[in-house]
Amino acid sequence: MSSGEERILTYAEAIREGLRQEMQRDQSVILMVEDIGAYGGAFKVTKGLLEEFGPERVRDTPISEIAIVGAAIGAAIMGLRPVAEIMYMDFLPIATEQLVIQAAKMRFSSGGKLKIPLVVRTQYSLGRAHAAQHSNFFPVWYMNVPGLKVVAPSTPYDAKGLIISSIRDDNPVLFIECAVLYYGVKGPVPEESYEIPIGVADVKRKGSDVTVVAVSRLVHEALKAAEELEKKGISVEVIDPRTLNPLDRKTIVESVKKTGRAIVAADDCKTGGVTAELAATIVEGAFDYLDAPVVRVASPDMPIPFSPSLENQYMRWAKDIVEAVESIV
Amino acid sequence: MAKLEVEIEEIGEVSVQEALSLGLTAGDLLRMYRKLVELRLFENRVEQLYLYEARIQGTAHLYTGEEAIAVGVARAIEGFGYIVSHHRGHGHALAMGIPPKEVMAELFGKETGVVKGLGGSMHVAIDPKRGALWASAIVGSGIPIAAGAALALRYRGERGVVVGFFSDGAANTGAFHEGLNLASFWKLPVIFACENNQWGMSMPARKSVTCGRVAYRAAAYGMPGVIVDGNDVLSVYKATKEAADRALRGGGPTLIEFITYRLKGHGVYDKATYRPKGEVEEWEKRDPLPRFERKLIEAGITTEDRLKEIRDEVAREIEEAVKFAEESEVLRFDQLWEVIYA
Repeated sequence: MSSGEERILTYAEAIREGLRQEMQRDQSVILMVEDIGAYGGAFKVTKGLLEEFGPERVRDTPISEIAIVGAAIGAAIMGLRPVAEIMYMDFLPIATEQLVIQAAKMRFSSGGKLKIPLVVRTQYSLGRAHAAQHSNFFPVWYMNVPGLKVVAPSTPYDAKGLIISSIRDDNPVLFIECAVLYYGVKGPVPEESYEIPIGVADVKRKGSDVTVVAVSRLVHEALKAAEELEKKGISVEVIDPRTLNPLDRKTIVESVKKTGRAIVAADDCKTGGVTAELAATIVEGAFDYLDAPVVRVASPDMPIPFSPSLENQYMRWAKDIVEAVESIV
Repeated sequence: MAKLEVEIEEIGEVSVQEALSLGLTAGDLLRMYRKLVELRLFENRVEQLYLYEARIQGTAHLYTGEEAIAVGVARAIEGFGYIVSHHRGHGHALAMGIPPKEVMAELFGKETGVVKGLGGSMHVAIDPKRGALWASAIVGSGIPIAAGAALALRYRGERGVVVGFFSDGAANTGAFHEGLNLASFWKLPVIFACENNQWGMSMPARKSVTCGRVAYRAAAYGMPGVIVDGNDVLSVYKATKEAADRALRGGGPTLIEFITYRLKGHGVYDKATYRPKGEVEEWEKRDPLPRFERKLIEAGITTEDRLKEIRDEVAREIEEAVKFAEESEVLRFDQLWEVIYA
């Protein structure tokens, strides 16, 4: 820290600061965002950037997900560093062919001739009563794609460092934000620019009895659960992978070798979900060290209900993680 | 009721004299002829290698009959143009100056191929230093990518234009409509070059393009639409040059529909029995190669003997390309890990 006092920013402010600093540093960084103009960006993450950098760099787009991602790819292969925003992760499947079949294969299928320094930002809105078409978290669809990196930060500090690394990366990066964290989470964020390496997990809390590997919003629920379990004499280690591809398997496996017990938690559905990959990683890497089965805390296999009380029951919370831990300790 | 005004410019056959007045020299015309021959003989040889010699595997979509488009476009944008190609891209690659031996080695899956044997037939037109930016094997997907490449040119203030090639089939995809709209919205220096070869695999364009002509769709996106005789290399040159000049002046995108014909099946193994009897013979009368030969001789640019010499030279070059491809090595599997990420 350059100043003596810790600066506290929201998750949204931290991402905005990362975007702004990269745009100040590098003229080749441009944004393509629906409703950035008069509206200021759907979640105001990009608020003020149009005024600061002008409409050539902060480009308001029609509702054309295929063309937004496609044009960003075209600009990237010509050497710009575009950051495209897809307003809800639920809209990303429209442009998935561009991201997965075009961008992610380009380096390989060009025999290494092309570089694709592209970032696609999106967010998932689980917990905002937005129902089945505006709430989904679909990371595994994209983790299954060699050539594409997938990032999903949980804290303001990580969000800023990772958006900066993603922009500087010469590969396509899918940057998945979480809407309830935008203004629901605050934390210390240094003012100066910094990178957090893609592919490195973070131990959010040290512990010795059980490892909880949690993703995005559920990192915060895991930390609450750890507090509660500490009162009961159970020491929980919380690991946030921060990036889902590449996945820092080593940090996860090392932790489980130490604790001998593991819970894996993420906001997507259970079948074929992130938790399946995390559990498999642990079983492959630390089978002989496990004293109990790996337990998954994931969303149920159903579309997301609108009614706030039903959505609340659909979602996983600290209490679910506490229960899972207590079932294996 | 309000009506949409559809104004279409039509460019028919262009004479040698007119071409010379547009800035081409006799030497240019002969070089264009040589390229046409290169594209044709290359595809003829590839067809043999697949069907009769079984020396190449996978698939190939031959450009036979459509050569005038790639050659005319490439000449019109030489020095400042980029292209985004597609699955039927051998002709695009050769027209942009990628050596036949590199294209042939790619079809053979060899490390000396244009993309090291990792892309094959559908990804041969990728060589950024020669202006070939990307070749999408998904129909229509290259269209918004071409627009984005043009955005980069405009953003940096570079004098340049991007040509996005696609077909009549691609004109019915979402990527086409979104891509054209976005390019018009941002007034980008891009030319949407539809190679209407009459067939989207087995679906005839006369049925699938419900408004009759792909070029009419330009009106829906506020850009000029042009219909061009795509089997006349000089018409292709003229239309592309006009569109490129407009783009360079800041006039935004143009949709050009080049009317041509796929003389072979969709893929090299497709016998195309779904085509009406006599259709191929009708189009063979408009084959771009003999047409251009006649024009060059009638205008006194060259002689039949000189043209034959060119054809013989090119045939030897194609044979050398086959030999080069045959003798090249395949990449080691462990080398693949190095090309997934930059």
